Amino acid sequence: MSTPSLELLGPPIKGPSALGNDWRRFLRLTWALASTDFKLRFFGSALGYLWQLMRPLMLFGVLYAVFSQLGFGGDVKHYPVALLLGIVLFSFLSDATNESVRSLSNRENLVRKIEFPRLAVPMATVLTASFNLVLNLVPVFVFLLASGGEIRWSLLQLPILIVLFGLFVLGLSALLSVLFVRYRDIEPIWDVVLQISFYAAPIFYTASFVREQASETVLRVMMCNPFGAIIQQARHAVIDPSHESAATAMGGTVWLSIPLLVIVVVVVVGYRVFDRAAPRIAEDL
Amino acid sequence: MAVSNRPPAVYVDGVSKTFALPHESVHTLKERALHPFKRTTIETLRALRDVSFAVEPGEFFGIVGRNGSGKSTLLKCLAGIYATDAGRIYINGRLSTFIELGVGFNPDLPARENVMINATMLGLAPREAKRRFDRVIDFAELHDFVDLKLKNYSSGMLVRLAFSVMIQVDAEILLIDEVLAVGDAAFQQKCFEEFARIRREGTTVLLVTHDMGAVQRFCDRAMLIEHGRCVEIGEPERIGMRYLQLNFDSDARAQEQTVADAEDERTVGTPDSGAAVADPKAELRLGDRRAEILDSWFEDSGGERQTVLPTGAPCAFRTRVRFNERLENPLFGVNLHNADDDYVWGASNMYEQKAGVFEAGEEIVFSFAFRNLLAPNRYFATPAVADSAGGLAWHDRRSRFAAVMVTGTRPADGLIELPFEITIARAAEQPAAGQPAGETAR
Repeated sequence: MSTPSLELLGPPIKGPSALGNDWRRFLRLTWALASTDFKLRFFGSALGYLWQLMRPLMLFGVLYAVFSQLGFGGDVKHYPVALLLGIVLFSFLSDATNESVRSLSNRENLVRKIEFPRLAVPMATVLTASFNLVLNLVPVFVFLLASGGEIRWSLLQLPILIVLFGLFVLGLSALLSVLFVRYRDIEPIWDVVLQISFYAAPIFYTASFVREQASETVLRVMMCNPFGAIIQQARHAVIDPSHESAATAMGGTVWLSIPLLVIVVVVVVGYRVFDRAAPRIAEDL
Repeated sequence: MAVSNRPPAVYVDGVSKTFALPHESVHTLKERALHPFKRTTIETLRALRDVSFAVEPGEFFGIVGRNGSGKSTLLKCLAGIYATDAGRIYINGRLSTFIELGVGFNPDLPARENVMINATMLGLAPREAKRRFDRVIDFAELHDFVDLKLKNYSSGMLVRLAFSVMIQVDAEILLIDEVLAVGDAAFQQKCFEEFARIRREGTTVLLVTHDMGAVQRFCDRAMLIEHGRCVEIGEPERIGMRYLQLNFDSDARAQEQTVADAEDERTVGTPDSGAAVADPKAELRLGDRRAEILDSWFEDSGGERQTVLPTGAPCAFRTRVRFNERLENPLFGVNLHNADDDYVWGASNMYEQKAGVFEAGEEIVFSFAFRNLLAPNRYFATPAVADSAGGLAWHDRRSRFAAVMVTGTRPADGLIELPFEITIARAAEQPAAGQPAGETAR
């Protein structure tokens, strides 16, 4: 067998990677995986998507009954709506990341049987969770209007916040999914981390409550967590200006660079780790 | 291969692949607590060693090898599922992989959606997938079940659907891993036809299989791979023979070892070290041991011991017997079973000449020489020495004591390969005997 000249052969194939070399295929696959997941989630249940709406509402009912009596609301308007918004955003975080941890091993049959951009798997999980997020935002607006709130121009910030949040969650999901392939301890660890972040972010309490009960510093530290900052800003933009903006809570717009930097770091690290591990995912599973 | 300007469709240059198999050395919680960061020991498995080959455009290329020889790993490297450790792979053309049928099929969704998902996985755009949907369903003959959930499909229907999707994704290079052994006979025929069509249309196909029939039927060339090494690339027929030989020889060698170990513990007579005992688990020994069967083997016409015999050639089955007591006119016989446990052939001297008288301590060899009309298969011989009265009065009977692989270049359907001549003639020119008189008179 003589060696054919290299110009004729073109470049050698690269093996599996995170993104592949065909963007359209990557997006199509992500979409196909996500939409199938979404369709199947409530497959066979009588109420179907209603359950998706019910879950945050149930949690809301419980938390509201407990915390509104204890004065966690502080002096803001529409505390119940703020609580619901917090719960909805937290559900997105926990659904997306929890599902992502096992996403690669759940799709083992795909990963080991066909070539496709590996990142499509955690990305599809995040996408499915985003469908649910959009769905769950509907009752938030219903509550807002019902409790006498109004739709303001600042609502336009919400898509930007969701995109930022989505990127953050995507970075986490990529990291978690690929770490889980090697280290199965990730799952219980992440469980604990999620629980902590439920209490460490202003979900059932408000920024002003923290300032009054703890200190300014505690609030600032909280806002360094992108999740906390995003919730706070979303409340400010969507619900009522009586919820202070993330910038105010941090004591200046310039401080917002910290949560933004955290997001960038998570996304970059998540992608890099995933990309490096991508060629071996099929055999490590 | 003629010099051409076209680059090979697939060019593999010195590809190696090693798997790291971690061994968990920490088992208990206590150990874990004592050595929290202890690294697990890692064993490496070299699945592919410096494999190189080229497949020309339009070629139907077979990859054969025993289980664990590395052929599926090779296919996964070609498909881009595994990254290689060394070497380069060049793929020239649109590639589609079928390591498994129906990748991404979801039992809770109807066929329509599953076809779409599967096609997307295989690289089709949704619009293309929609356009091909009807053809897929046509080919699978599943019109009535389009909206049925896949979990309600029979396994045969599932396979048909999956195969149809695969065949409708028109790729320039197809990688296929053992998918032929599926579906009912009619659908298999259709698959074969489809393979023939693909071949005519100039699609390059790499087929990994155990089925030598398929290799010889479709492949232009084939590659034999063993322990991750490319053993030989050549004509499918030759590769098929090498494969069978390799398969059986190493089996026999491995089993010889286990039998040798097992025999040491038995109290009965020591057999010769070279005893080609075939199936140790199945060996069942009966009889009063007034005569003992020491060794059995097959020979070719040249008198050489063989574990592989070609079909059609003269050969012999021989057995060495030692007499522990004086016996008069014992019966010597052999039964032959194939791998499917069909009783294929039995022979003895019951209706032949009397054997005569043998003294204690005497050793003899009895032989059955025959023309090998056996169909390609694996055979197990059960030699026996019995009392002159016959029946079940055995002195020694060792079931499945010797084995032989009969090889042929063609797959056979029946138990034996009778020699035949076939003539095909037009009825008008050469009327067959026994036709109605009216026609012959014409």
